Amino acid sequence: MVQLTLPKNSRMVTGKTWPKPEGASNVRKVQIYRWTPDDGKNPRLDTYFVDMDTCGPMVLDLLIKIKNEIDPTLTFRRSCREGICGSCAMNIDGINTLACTWGHEQIKGTIRIYPLPHMPVVKDLIPDLTHFYAQHASIMPWLETKSNEPAKEWKQSIEDRRKLDGLYECIMCASCSTACPSYWWNGDRYLGPAALLHAYRWIIDSRDEATPERLDQLEDPFKLYRCHTIMNCAKTCPKGLNPAKAIQEIKGMMLDRVV
Amino acid sequence: MADVNRGNRPLSPFMFGQYYRPQWTSMTSIANRITGLSLIVAAFLVVWYLAGLSVGGRSFEVANGVITSWFGDIVMTLSVYALWYHTLAGVRHLIWDTGRMLRVDQAETAGKVIVAAAAVLTVITVIVC
Repeated sequence: MVQLTLPKNSRMVTGKTWPKPEGASNVRKVQIYRWTPDDGKNPRLDTYFVDMDTCGPMVLDLLIKIKNEIDPTLTFRRSCREGICGSCAMNIDGINTLACTWGHEQIKGTIRIYPLPHMPVVKDLIPDLTHFYAQHASIMPWLETKSNEPAKEWKQSIEDRRKLDGLYECIMCASCSTACPSYWWNGDRYLGPAALLHAYRWIIDSRDEATPERLDQLEDPFKLYRCHTIMNCAKTCPKGLNPAKAIQEIKGMMLDRVV
Repeated sequence: MADVNRGNRPLSPFMFGQYYRPQWTSMTSIANRITGLSLIVAAFLVVWYLAGLSVGGRSFEVANGVITSWFGDIVMTLSVYALWYHTLAGVRHLIWDTGRMLRVDQAETAGKVIVAAAAVLTVITVIVC
């Protein structure tokens, strides 16, 4: 259902303002969402001041600097720092993206960082992605075959392989799904752009032999058809992919098989 | 200790404007909803006007008075805009349904075009009618 406000336990309060670094001339104000399960309090927005002359170029560098030098309790996920693991996806300056590939110089004014939108928060910038992963698993993200296994590998023409470009690159960072108003409001039943892009990735794979079953599974008012082409997904994808287009392709295939 | 305190986890902020930056695509999408819903109200107003017309006399005077007042003019002009906007946005959906114009830049341009075209068509409609 359409929801416009946060539940009571989720409303943010003003948090702690951390001291400014001494002797720094190039200081930026950074506000970060904080919540811990330990104190029973509402989430808060902490304010930090960071010396940018000694900070790396990316938002992730900024977060690591704060954690190392100002506040070691700040909690966030990160791993590869090069946009391939998808761990550090968060809401930065009003859009979802990867902290490790988003330069803080692109942001004007105060840098505001929140966890991915409309998700249960585990701690600080870490959302609970259990349901998101379960939805991905539900679309059978693997090669389904019926014919006998070939002696060597399952072969694919160069042309057919090309159909997977723009799909296989998805790193499941959840930026797109958590940018989608339909997913905010119907995420319990709507699969969301990430899972649907993966669904299409297997539907269109020339080696996969379960296309009718895959389409049957998606034929549902919520799972697929809650996509209203709002396109926040494509706009925000840190890998430049287009889930909206993939979803439209699935809808087209649904149509093709009944007319 | 993975799932401690799961029941009390807060929902992360999400609202448009405050936490999620409005995009051309998302705003033209929600505008399509809003114009569609407001046209239902406008349709009732027109039906009320026609009902007044068929009954005649006092009923017509009241309905006609409201619809042709300055307030009625504003409502009707906005309804004309809503009608054009909703129609053009519907055409954009039909194009999307064929798998075309789904790149972000194309969708954004199409959004700007329908906002502007609906305004132009509204002005033309007001002048002509």
